[in-house]
Amino acid sequence: MIDKRCGSAAEAVADIFDGATVLIGGFGEAGSPIELIHALIDQGATRLTVVNNNTGSGRVGLAALIERGRVARMICSYPRTANSTVFQDKYSKGEIELELVPQGTLAERIRAGGAGIPAFYTPTAVGTSLAQGKELRAFSGREYVLEFGLQADFALIKCARCDRYGNLVYNKTARNFSPIMATAAKTTIVQTAAYLEAGEMDPETIVTPGLYVDRIVTIADPLQESALVAAGAVYG
Amino acid sequence: MSAQVRPPTGWDRTEIARNVACDIPEGAIVNLGVGLPEQVVHHIPAGREVLFHTENGLLGMGPPVSGQSDPDLINAGKKRVSAIPGAAYFHHADSFAMIRGGHIDICVLGAMQVSETGDLANWSMGDEDAAPAVGGAMDLVAGARTILVATTHCTKTGESKLLRACTLPLTGRGVVRRVYTDLAIIEVGAQGFEVLQMAPGVDPHYLQQRTAARLHFVAERRARSTIW
Repeated sequence: MIDKRCGSAAEAVADIFDGATVLIGGFGEAGSPIELIHALIDQGATRLTVVNNNTGSGRVGLAALIERGRVARMICSYPRTANSTVFQDKYSKGEIELELVPQGTLAERIRAGGAGIPAFYTPTAVGTSLAQGKELRAFSGREYVLEFGLQADFALIKCARCDRYGNLVYNKTARNFSPIMATAAKTTIVQTAAYLEAGEMDPETIVTPGLYVDRIVTIADPLQESALVAAGAVYG
Repeated sequence: MSAQVRPPTGWDRTEIARNVACDIPEGAIVNLGVGLPEQVVHHIPAGREVLFHTENGLLGMGPPVSGQSDPDLINAGKKRVSAIPGAAYFHHADSFAMIRGGHIDICVLGAMQVSETGDLANWSMGDEDAAPAVGGAMDLVAGARTILVATTHCTKTGESKLLRACTLPLTGRGVVRRVYTDLAIIEVGAQGFEVLQMAPGVDPHYLQQRTAARLHFVAERRARSTIW
């Protein structure tokens, strides 16, 4: 019987290795798989390349992973929040590398990576410093810049409901990067708020079909990043 | 209601947002940038239906909410918002396909600088020590059909944000259609900056003194219309 459930978040992230590339879902706190990130902190893997739209908030979740020095390189579009200086401090000391990618290009690179498309041309960033050194090509009189698909060793994502096959649905704008990240990693690890029996979800409404998912952990009542940040929480 | 303290000259932030909203036509699909542009959602004239897109994955965004808000329902500025009946959620690649694919009619953005040829700089002060952050601004200017800018006319230190050429790193070239400031509404036209309307208390001399590019007042008497 196919059953992708794991006993714990620790078990789910146990094989993430030093130097791995890890896609982490979420846009700010919405969709951030905070229990999986905390399990990764406990597990100890280091020199990671992390792909996320942002760089975390406060001193929990992704910000805590960065603060512990586990992330060698961030690929993101907006490494800034009002309530966290963790990334900026590391960056100004030269302790973390940043690959800045426009948000839509980041999304399309992940989508392409998961869809077997090695590279694509996009109009985004043409004429700006973020296109410097990149191949340009004109189609129908307009210039486009060549960008490459992005693939990863692991994806850590959060969803609202799933079944044993790994069929997923999300909650509102917490969906954001997670469906595309699930497609672009060799191993996709999911934390779900609710576990349903196979057949309980309407097949017409499933957002991520189960073949993209490898491991499932049920976290029924996940921590809320903004509440932790407001309380001044520090992970670990 | 207590009497508002008005600046001696010009429109306040609410009036800038209202000016933008007045020019958004019935049926438009509109994306709002972070900051002042977010205020536009409150000022669409009664009887006009506009759908707001937020690039983090929602078409049919409603106004911001407080109190019983949902941390999973946010806008691109990560503020908690509402969704209208009939809203749709989608993932990031779909959201930016909508943008890049030309399916967003109007995008309203803030600005650090706008040039008379419509170049926009709104993502970087060029500071080497600060980590750069771009978000979706470059995708929006490359893909949305019409780019409107809502901003103060001058920086906090009094320098014009409207220039012959931008000096800060660009977000996009030749992308801005119209600029809504506290002092005027200005079209980026074939001649450069064409003044469509000035705020109460602003005259051409005053406006030109605060603008680091030549202004054209020929269009001033032309009736301002919605964007299409």
